[in-house]
Amino acid sequence: MNNTVNITINGTPLQVAEGTTILNAAKMLNVHIPTLCHHDDLCVAGNCRICVVEVKGDKTLVASCATPVKEKMEILTNTQQIRQARKHILELLLTEHNINCIKCSKSNSCELQTLALEYRTDEELFLSLRRESNPDMSSYAIQKDSSKCIRCTRCVRTCAEIQGVNALTMSYKGMHTIMTTFLDKPMSEVVCTNCGQCINRCPTGALIERNYIEEVWDAIYDPSKHVVVQTAPAVRVALGERFALRPGHRVTGKMVAALRSMGFDSILDTDWSADLTIMEEGTELLSRLKKALVDGDASTALPMFTSCSPGWIKFIEHIYPDFLPNLSTCKSPQQMFGALAKTYYAEKKGIDPKNMISVSIMPCTAKKYEANRPEMRDSGFQDVDYVLTTRELASMIQQTGVNVNTLKAENYDSIMGASTGAAVIFGATGGVMEAAIRTAYEIVTGREVPFEKLNIIPVRGFEGIKEASLRLEKVKPEWDFLEGVELKVAIAHGLANARNLVQAIKDKKVEYHFVEIMACPGGCLGGGGQPIPTNVEIRTARMEAIYKEDEKMPIRKSHENPEIKAIYEEFLEEPNSHKSHKLLHTYYTERNRY
Amino acid sequence: MATQLKRTELIFKEYMDCNALMKNVMKMGRDAFIQELLDSGLKGRGGAGFPTGLKWKIVKETNSDVKYVVCNADEGEPGTFKDREILTKASDKVVWGMALAAYIVGAKEGFIYLRGEYKFLGTKLRIAIDRMENSIRALGINFKLELVFGAGAYICGEETSLLQSMAGHRGEPTNKPPFPVNWGYLGKPTVVNNVETFVNTMIIAEIGSAEYKKLGTKASQGSKLFSVSGDCCKEGVFELEMGMTVQEFVEEFGDGDTKAVQVGGASGFCVPRKEFANTIIGYEGIPTGGSMKVFNSSRSMYNILENYLVFFEEESCGQCTPCRVGTQQLLRGVRAVKRKEKPKSYLDELLKLANTMKYASKCGLGRSVGNAFKSIIENFREEIVY
Repeated sequence: MNNTVNITINGTPLQVAEGTTILNAAKMLNVHIPTLCHHDDLCVAGNCRICVVEVKGDKTLVASCATPVKEKMEILTNTQQIRQARKHILELLLTEHNINCIKCSKSNSCELQTLALEYRTDEELFLSLRRESNPDMSSYAIQKDSSKCIRCTRCVRTCAEIQGVNALTMSYKGMHTIMTTFLDKPMSEVVCTNCGQCINRCPTGALIERNYIEEVWDAIYDPSKHVVVQTAPAVRVALGERFALRPGHRVTGKMVAALRSMGFDSILDTDWSADLTIMEEGTELLSRLKKALVDGDASTALPMFTSCSPGWIKFIEHIYPDFLPNLSTCKSPQQMFGALAKTYYAEKKGIDPKNMISVSIMPCTAKKYEANRPEMRDSGFQDVDYVLTTRELASMIQQTGVNVNTLKAENYDSIMGASTGAAVIFGATGGVMEAAIRTAYEIVTGREVPFEKLNIIPVRGFEGIKEASLRLEKVKPEWDFLEGVELKVAIAHGLANARNLVQAIKDKKVEYHFVEIMACPGGCLGGGGQPIPTNVEIRTARMEAIYKEDEKMPIRKSHENPEIKAIYEEFLEEPNSHKSHKLLHTYYTERNRY
Repeated sequence: MATQLKRTELIFKEYMDCNALMKNVMKMGRDAFIQELLDSGLKGRGGAGFPTGLKWKIVKETNSDVKYVVCNADEGEPGTFKDREILTKASDKVVWGMALAAYIVGAKEGFIYLRGEYKFLGTKLRIAIDRMENSIRALGINFKLELVFGAGAYICGEETSLLQSMAGHRGEPTNKPPFPVNWGYLGKPTVVNNVETFVNTMIIAEIGSAEYKKLGTKASQGSKLFSVSGDCCKEGVFELEMGMTVQEFVEEFGDGDTKAVQVGGASGFCVPRKEFANTIIGYEGIPTGGSMKVFNSSRSMYNILENYLVFFEEESCGQCTPCRVGTQQLLRGVRAVKRKEKPKSYLDELLKLANTMKYASKCGLGRSVGNAFKSIIENFREEIVY
């Protein structure tokens, strides 16, 4: 925008681009205006009204988040009228709000609470309108407590704009207005994908994850149990935020040390099973291509979609069930790990799997649901017993009194702990694709991918839908049917983008061989279980950290992971073998549309 | 009782050759007619009073292939029933007024957003629409008009909510700016006018701005329909010149024992007897969408206020804090004072809250809840407290 306008804020002149909101203009002058319904990731709502300011000449106060500046606008942000309005609005919200803060897991990180303290709302100015209501605990992943909702619609906008799911909506009107689901159904029965993006943007404790902290402590303290823990790629680049470290500060080794000090018996890495996923999924892709190109099998579903993101899986089960055959049958890294922990690991380490508790630390809330799927019991037990988010792990570490910052980095245990750079980038959008290409290209051609330092830049970054293609030339004789084939891939993150991409594929507007989809913005690094707040800067910092972690790894290709080679030699025989099909692959279920 | 009020008979005048008027306007030219509207001083008859000529001018000058004309027939203000009368008796003038707007601003599609309870008017309107569409096609104007039905929410009478509702969304106000004239139905420039306003544009086309201006006062030109109800000697819809005082009104319509008049419905002002003589009904005094409710001394102002607040608590769209929670607090607050659960000084806290609602609410609904509240509390405090 080249047009600028001249305004004053509290008398200070300022030149800003036309179209800037008053709120953002004020930020440039370090004038803080309180907000509640505003979120950088979302469209403007302008409904909480806490951000009202005075514009000279206007009959009423205006919402600074929703009002663009105009030439010669004179803005005041601190007058008696404004302060009175803000205080009243806070008081009004508090009369509706369940103010049992001390029992709320968002206490201390609640935006409403922060403002209430700032405005010293210690006396109740108005009458209580609080209504008794029990939280909706039906979902394995997300807990919805209407008594804490301030009707800011951040969750509703998240679900609609970022995810295109519309599981949450505003219903009724006037005094009965409430955020709810289709026909007020329990969260577990609606189209909700459990992605948890609503949690990341809820200013209060109305939406939080179902926490399994006590269950995990019980397991740790039970001497008869061997507690195995796995940590997902994106956790290590975000956990530090909960310990006052800047976003993107990597704490891999310290996290391992913390887990060990907490009393977990085996500290292993989901990165290891991410490498395994590449072997299985890459092989599956190549065999699908062979079926389609050589055998001419028209029933072979292409493009093949990745299946690592449980939010995405539930989404496609609800919204595009006719595309279920296109999903890779591979389980997600978490579930591959779970199935192998209670079989392979138990066997090798001589542990009775029925005495094993498998815990995973995930940036994700949908993983809680995934672990509880009835089909995820191929080890003969529930493969993953408890899933904790990055936030829950942070709370547990805080409970132990360990200071993460002073811990000395430690290494993962073996035989499911070694990993490669290809695995850690699973945490960023495009990462699975990059890892898969690194391996598949080399399997097919015998050469490394033709990108500097193995960095496949075209598949990286925050663009909603990315496309790339790679020509396969001078292939090995056994892959001669791929000679000259241009491998076309696409990547989407955020389910709204995913929906657009799948729809385009359905409408036959685009054609690909392989499509990676992550439910959350930025991929797992922006997952629903990650530290709050979230915004573009924080997600960018985490993404940079992920690629840094990749570059510093000595091995950066999944098929070169020694512990992956070992499991194929000693246990699974080969990718897509009968045994791996039994343990590492799954099936999908069509679900309702609402 | 001697009739002192200046009655007019324009809106319901039996004969109007709409087709000929349209031809005249086409001869006159778009800009010239907009100038006529501006000269006439016509302001929106829905209550907010935005100059109609200016609205049409902005939409005309906004660059867009697609534009819309919408008639707000979601008459929902308590005590207002004049649009129903117009749609019943003068439906041709309404649809021609819309065609006129469409011709001026360059819209090819229009909608009448009809209050759900007025569904029975649908057939009549469809006949009028067909007649109009056939005539203007012969004039070379391409304009299609459709009926849309509301579902009963008061808030959908607010223009941005109405447009949201039309587009199939939740009927709730959107932020202004952007205004509907720039970004209206489906994001296109849209003229939204009240039923009565469209008829008035036809009247101006017929009699000209000079003649029209002779009616009413300097600040409030023209005549206006009033829906008169309550404790009055004659109730119904009356077409009166604007600019009369409440005193004059009461002398004609009151039952001789009038205590207060609620001008402008639940979102309007309550005028007590002592203010009758110096309160003008019009833009220089109290503007109104036409609702005039007359209360005599047998009425409890507490009950009236409570009734309004119950209405608002239900009919707030619920999205913005001051309105959603404020309406509930005002209602519960006056109840608590009445029951002596709160001291009478609590009314002053509530007045401050009403003030916040007026200044901080998102739309006209929340901003006007304080009108009735404040004017009743300030003038009839003893009736609320005791």
